[in-house]
Amino acid sequence: MANVPEELHYSKDHEWVRVEGDIATVGITDYAQNSLGDVVYVELPKPGEQFSANESFGSVESVKAVSEVFSPVSGAVAESNDALSDDPEKVNTDPYGEGWMIRIKMSNPGEVDSLLTAAEYEDFTKAETE
Amino acid sequence: MRYIPNSPEERAEMLRQVGLNSAAQLFDSIPKDLRLARELDTPAALSEIELLAGFERLAALNPGAARERSSFLGAGAYQHYIPTVVDHIISRSEFFTAYTPYQPEISQGTLQVIFEFQTLVCQLTGMEVANASMYDGSTALAEAVLMAERVTRRSKVIACGAVHPEYLEVVNTYVQHAGIELVHADFDSATGQASSDLAKLLDDKTAALVVQSPNFFGCIEDVAALAEKAHAVGALLVVAVTESISLGLLKSPGACGADIVVAEGQSFGVPLSFGGPYVGLFATREKYARQIPGRLVGEAYDKQGRRGFVLTLATREQHIRREKATSNICTNEGLIALAATVYLETMGRRGLQEVARQCVQKTAYAAKRISELDGFSIPFTGPRFNEFVVRAPVNAADLMSKLASDRNITGGLALSRYFTDRTNDFLVCVTEINSRAEIDALVDALSTVSEPEDTKTQIE
Amino acid sequence: MKPEITKVTSHISHNEALIFERSQTGRIGYRLPPLDVDDVPIDDLIPKSFQCDNDLEGLPEVSEVDVIRHFTRMSTWNYSIDLGMYPLGSCTMKYNSRLNEKVARISGFANLHPLSSEDDAQGALQVIYELQEHLAEITGLPGISLQPAAGAHGEMTGVMIIRAFIDARDGAEVSSQRRTMLIPDSAHGTNPASAHLSGFSVKTIRSTAEGFTDLDHLRELCEGGHVAGLMLTNPNTLGLFEKNIQEICRIVHEAGGLVYMDGANMNALVGVARPGDMGVDVIHLNLHKTFSTPHGGGGPGCGPCCCTKELEPFLPVPRIVRSKTGIPAGPANSTDDVYKLDFNYPQSIGRVKAFFGNYGMMLRALSYIQTHGHDGLREATEAAVLNARYIAKGLAGEYDKPFAADPMHEVVFTDKLQTRKGVHTLDIAKRLIDYGFHPMTIYFPLIVSGAMLIEPTESVGHQELDQFIDAMRSIAREALEDPELVLNAPHSTRIGRLDEAAAARRPVLRWKPKQAATAT
Repeated sequence: MANVPEELHYSKDHEWVRVEGDIATVGITDYAQNSLGDVVYVELPKPGEQFSANESFGSVESVKAVSEVFSPVSGAVAESNDALSDDPEKVNTDPYGEGWMIRIKMSNPGEVDSLLTAAEYEDFTKAETE
Repeated sequence: MRYIPNSPEERAEMLRQVGLNSAAQLFDSIPKDLRLARELDTPAALSEIELLAGFERLAALNPGAARERSSFLGAGAYQHYIPTVVDHIISRSEFFTAYTPYQPEISQGTLQVIFEFQTLVCQLTGMEVANASMYDGSTALAEAVLMAERVTRRSKVIACGAVHPEYLEVVNTYVQHAGIELVHADFDSATGQASSDLAKLLDDKTAALVVQSPNFFGCIEDVAALAEKAHAVGALLVVAVTESISLGLLKSPGACGADIVVAEGQSFGVPLSFGGPYVGLFATREKYARQIPGRLVGEAYDKQGRRGFVLTLATREQHIRREKATSNICTNEGLIALAATVYLETMGRRGLQEVARQCVQKTAYAAKRISELDGFSIPFTGPRFNEFVVRAPVNAADLMSKLASDRNITGGLALSRYFTDRTNDFLVCVTEINSRAEIDALVDALSTVSEPEDTKTQIE
Repeated sequence: MKPEITKVTSHISHNEALIFERSQTGRIGYRLPPLDVDDVPIDDLIPKSFQCDNDLEGLPEVSEVDVIRHFTRMSTWNYSIDLGMYPLGSCTMKYNSRLNEKVARISGFANLHPLSSEDDAQGALQVIYELQEHLAEITGLPGISLQPAAGAHGEMTGVMIIRAFIDARDGAEVSSQRRTMLIPDSAHGTNPASAHLSGFSVKTIRSTAEGFTDLDHLRELCEGGHVAGLMLTNPNTLGLFEKNIQEICRIVHEAGGLVYMDGANMNALVGVARPGDMGVDVIHLNLHKTFSTPHGGGGPGCGPCCCTKELEPFLPVPRIVRSKTGIPAGPANSTDDVYKLDFNYPQSIGRVKAFFGNYGMMLRALSYIQTHGHDGLREATEAAVLNARYIAKGLAGEYDKPFAADPMHEVVFTDKLQTRKGVHTLDIAKRLIDYGFHPMTIYFPLIVSGAMLIEPTESVGHQELDQFIDAMRSIAREALEDPELVLNAPHSTRIGRLDEAAAARRPVLRWKPKQAATAT
């Protein structure tokens, strides 16, 4: 059973968002890391780069696959998790903690409302596996 | 047919087992009007005896390859000593009839060889990571240009005019739809090296400066100075090497500051074979490893901690990234890379140095003797490795033709093949294969050219 | 229940370090004739700053015996066609004849420089010309270039030809709207990668549940005049012949596009049907598949590009052409044919490689065609398809066969029946190694979950086919009765499954001297 923390918001592309003021921290969910398998490399943007909601900001690679990662909200990148370049495994072992990918200064905080709640995301993944 | 194990009788039985009456029924899913109603219009089968006789007859029509013909042709393909062990090793079933090493547990032979090849290429080019091979030097250069655009996100590439003309043609083909502007820069007509005017063409839109060293005219470039110029505008320096034996004596392009090095590996134990198969070497800095095209082999361990090797960083490649791949390359030149690896390990450090030294000294001897001939000169003053341009007092293409028909010597390459205005120039290449006697015979043959009576009688 | 493995037993397997770990200062493996010209100091000839200053540090020093043992030992770690069946789908691992190897090594070819004058290379040029003629006959497409060095290279060439043709036909402004290439969801990854190189964007066509190109979807995608072409494989990567191929070509042509065929699966068609007759405009061939030139552990290949007469002007240059000398045959010349290089094609897409292509592979392919003869070529196709059909029948029931249509030269199965016990395609492949076979192609094509694509080729006798079928049946039983055995396979190789994730996370792509390694 994949882990789906209550307090976070989720996208249909399997990203999670933690909101603190106008900063959104983004990563991929436990369900996503489990489907991908062992993560070997994460490609992240530089601070300052701008993205709109649903735009791809990077990618996650396993041995045999590459998946794009999409930003659930619009804004500019405040910080990228550089630790992932030395330890991409963190995405597998701690997807909601040390496996965070970027921190975005949101340009439109209202976008968070159109994301899924933990319960909605759980239902969504259940439907996908069927 | 002797390559098909199942006899007609066995096949008839197999047909029955899969519920068919005839072999023709195997193709029932092909619409009838598409099925060939006639035999292919290709020859009837030949026995080994007849087939070999036919090919020997054709081979005899290639006097350019005859044992008695001495050759001073270079220009991107080189005549070098090939140790006997090379062909023996690449003829081992387990190497040449094996497939790409996708299943590492039963492909460790191929994988460890490629790992050694990658290491040798890094050592010789002075770079940090090298791939498992490209098709040849020309396509490796084209891919290097595409990579430079990816890495810098700039779209202008300056190519020095002293790069092999066929290499520049290939680069042009590859970049024509890639949104890359290829600018051709002149070379210095006195030295034969890259022109100092190159700096004027470099700007902050330049992705890469492309040079060849030793260049097409045989001149060694000042790679370190060119690297500085390129880096000053944030561009990469791409160095192409067609005569890889030069890496045995010259400072490596990596040590001079190159960012990507590509080379033709044919000089490392690969026969001339009328142009292929050859092998492209591709090497770059570690920080660009994920942008490199082609296959990569890396070290890996199993659960018992045993070391093995495996194809890695495959997410760059076409079978995973498809249209976003770093290249479309799949099959490369695996067996030729093996040949090059065997060559380099057999010749080793000292052998490679000795071959390179002999090339330089024999070339110096030939250049000196030719320059002393009346009417002949050596137009480019730049330092050379094993090739140089000679200016004759007569049409060079005619001269080469005469040398072949009258003296059984391939004197070099008439430059008019690529540079239509250089009608009297030809490119001479000397390697460890050319004996002093051969060089003297070439010089002697050239010396008779200034005698007009001789020329007249030969034409009749 | 102990499985009966009949194809292999245990064998000696030597360990062999990297050559750099074997190297000993002072060993040599070569001898050159002594220098026979003046020994001038190199510093007088080449500025010191241009010279190598690290004495080629790190390059190995070993004896000839070391070299022979090193490579011989490593070679024993490889499976190869000469050892047995290699059922890799879409790879056509057929017998690599020794005769072809002998032909390629004839010194009159092997020692010929590519820039030899035409007079010095008539025999070599004739080989190219003859091979061109035969491949044109086999494909039904008269235009041909042998310059591409591999299948992907031939694809790039073909797609660039399509682009050049459309640009010339429509003019730059109109053709700039026509930049979409349609590619089936079952296509090999080189297809979209090659399309991208020619400046096309890719749209994917769905396959039907039966495994064929979805014609309705094709029609839909062809609307709007944006389609430059379609790239397809026939038989497709599921091993099925696209029976609607003529309709497919018609739809694309009517929409103003051209049809490119990936010729990887020609082993099902040679002597039986021709792409040119199907309406295909341009195709690439893989000489290292259909025409038996050896795979060599990853090449060399040769990927000829064949096209219609209309597309001929766009082929790479130089072209090898034949004309008459006007001198009748006599003692000095067997015919009055002369072979020349022709560069005069102003609409050509240009060169795709220096010189002529992988010439050594052309010799081998010509030898293959002559050895088989027109009868033998068709016979090989029939035997290849029959072998695949035989395996399809032998494995049906034990493994899930997702498509009902009769396969051609290759057949696809899935791991659906085995995943219930936690055994997947990868595990089945690894266990097959213990039975003495190279695994089939796995996880391709992407549209079939857990795909196992099996292509025996004509080079396998029915006893070995039976051994393969028995092995697969045995593994299917093991998956149910003793899944651990399959999950931890292979058990009999000198190394087990390698940690590929660790290898990709911290790549070590070359050997380094110990001091340098420990320093990091």
